[in-house]
Amino acid sequence: MSKWLGPRSATGILLIAVALIALPFVAALGGQAWVRIVNFAILYIFLALGLNIVVGFAGLLDLGYIAFYAVGAYAYALLASPHFGLHWPFWAILPIGALIACFFGVLLGSPTLKLRGDYLAIVTLGFGEIVRIFLNNLNAPINVTNGPQGITLIDPVAIGEFRFSGTSQILGISLSGPQKYYFLLVALAIFVIIINLRLQHSRIGRAWQAIREDEIAAKAVGINTRNIKLLAFAMGASFGGIAGGIFSAMQGFVSPESFSLIESIMILAMVVLGGMGHIPGVILGAVLLTILPEVLRYGVGPLQVAVFGKMLIDPESLRMLIFGLALVLVMRFKPAGLWPSPERKRELQGDA
Amino acid sequence: MDIFLQQIINGLVQGSIYALVALGYTMVYGIMGLINFAHGEVVMIGTLVTITVTSLLIKAGVPLAVAGLAGLGASVLACMAIGWGLERVAYRPLRNAPRLTPLITAIGMSIVLQNIAMIVWGRNYMTFPPLLPKVDYEFAGANFTAVQVMIVVVSGLTMSGLVLLVYRTKLGMAMRATAQNPQVANLMGVNSNRVISAAFVIGSALAALAGVMVGTYYEIAHYQMGFMLGLKAFTAAVLGGIGNLAGAMAGGILLGIIEALGAGYIGDLTGGFLGSHYQDIFAFVVLIVVLMFKPSGLFGEKTGERA
Repeated sequence: MSKWLGPRSATGILLIAVALIALPFVAALGGQAWVRIVNFAILYIFLALGLNIVVGFAGLLDLGYIAFYAVGAYAYALLASPHFGLHWPFWAILPIGALIACFFGVLLGSPTLKLRGDYLAIVTLGFGEIVRIFLNNLNAPINVTNGPQGITLIDPVAIGEFRFSGTSQILGISLSGPQKYYFLLVALAIFVIIINLRLQHSRIGRAWQAIREDEIAAKAVGINTRNIKLLAFAMGASFGGIAGGIFSAMQGFVSPESFSLIESIMILAMVVLGGMGHIPGVILGAVLLTILPEVLRYGVGPLQVAVFGKMLIDPESLRMLIFGLALVLVMRFKPAGLWPSPERKRELQGDA
Repeated sequence: MDIFLQQIINGLVQGSIYALVALGYTMVYGIMGLINFAHGEVVMIGTLVTITVTSLLIKAGVPLAVAGLAGLGASVLACMAIGWGLERVAYRPLRNAPRLTPLITAIGMSIVLQNIAMIVWGRNYMTFPPLLPKVDYEFAGANFTAVQVMIVVVSGLTMSGLVLLVYRTKLGMAMRATAQNPQVANLMGVNSNRVISAAFVIGSALAALAGVMVGTYYEIAHYQMGFMLGLKAFTAAVLGGIGNLAGAMAGGILLGIIEALGAGYIGDLTGGFLGSHYQDIFAFVVLIVVLMFKPSGLFGEKTGERA
């Protein structure tokens, strides 16, 4: 840990801290929508880091990760909304949501973890779809999830009397709802990142990497591969559950639509595009893939008008078209991701 | 009893379509070990091309049968071109890349194809021109239409053709050799690049055919239709044991029948607790259960842990 305390690192940390504090105010210059986008980028960092445990560290391809996010989101929505008339505090529900998601992770993992690579991928994909279909249809005969309409009026996060929705004055500075959530998210993100960094180099983290590289060898050196793989699933799922709870509170609304397969795939794309198994890379991937579609959303229309003098192509499809092309091109020229871990980079260069 | 038979017939029809699409997934997977996530979009483009060409020809006064066949031909050609291009652009440059990299380019290409389709054909549902007469035939209390018969017969013939191609021709032998070991196949004089291109092109032609069938069967098409269809077909391929031709066909038909029976009976089975809108769950529940007991699919060969 000593290198963290060197003068250069200290300046670096200070600069990052200043940038993080300034960010919501800079983003607000472009409107509160941009603060919300930044918040979502942080939320996706949680999700991408959670999936990174499963895919990047342990090497298990999970295409249904969004299911755990959904479980966390609905756990919060049901326990803190007028739907059942329950209004439990945020801090009580968050661990519950994480636990339920963790339970689902074990539920999915225990029968399926003996499957190899792509078979596991399709089973997790199927699991994600099953969860979504149930959320969509569990409004009859007993109304649990309120079906496709989703659950509205979910309580915002509150600490004591201090609510995170609406504008309030703190130390003479006016902070909007999204800006307050931003600081909450940053605090949680730092916590999550530290957990991930510590996990990676822990005994468990090294066991995951051993399984990723060669499962039989890992077994031979005495790693209980089944339990360690389950642990990866459970931990990844818990992070998903926590992110889901925050999403629910921040939005005030959840519906099954937010948890479709394409979301799972997007999170996987963040992990792979950023640099699988490398925490800074994954964070970069999450931020880029959240911000890029939004930048395109605001940029594509005016750009067309500027170049051609009129709207030639529906900006919404053009935006996704460019996004898809960007995915292909990045992977084409950076097959290991934008910011791969140094070891992985060496391995790939060794192959060539 | 007639409901049972009816659902079997419906399932068989839907299953034949799944099987055709599943073959495309399984051929590519068998040879390259790659999930071609964009395959469902190829089916979608196949349907939309047929609609456009056929409707234009019908409007120009061309007889129905000719217009339909021309539409089919155009869509097969278009899809073959797309399949070939897909492999060249998104997969070939990444053949030695980490395993998940081509998966992401596949997803990227899927997004690209979907949005190209949306730009070309718009967001609205398109109706498929009726090609075959709407006559109901009756058999032991169950009804079926000419379209349904055509789908089952044509896909049966196509699949037999594919089996002949793979097991009786030189190209087929090259494909099987490449699937077993690309390096050794190369040393034996097999041009593996051409074999892989051929697998993509043939798979895409099957996808186009399946697309036309989906169009004539449901008489409706949309730029997002490929995704769920592709997902189900992929499920079917895995169910049968991915990489295995017979498995893909059996998996497709089995999945179609299970879905149809499930949708027909789920209400009775659960005492009205779960309705037929849970239809989409069957595919995945069956998949998970089968894989729990047979980890490499129904017909998959038993492979080592690091295959």
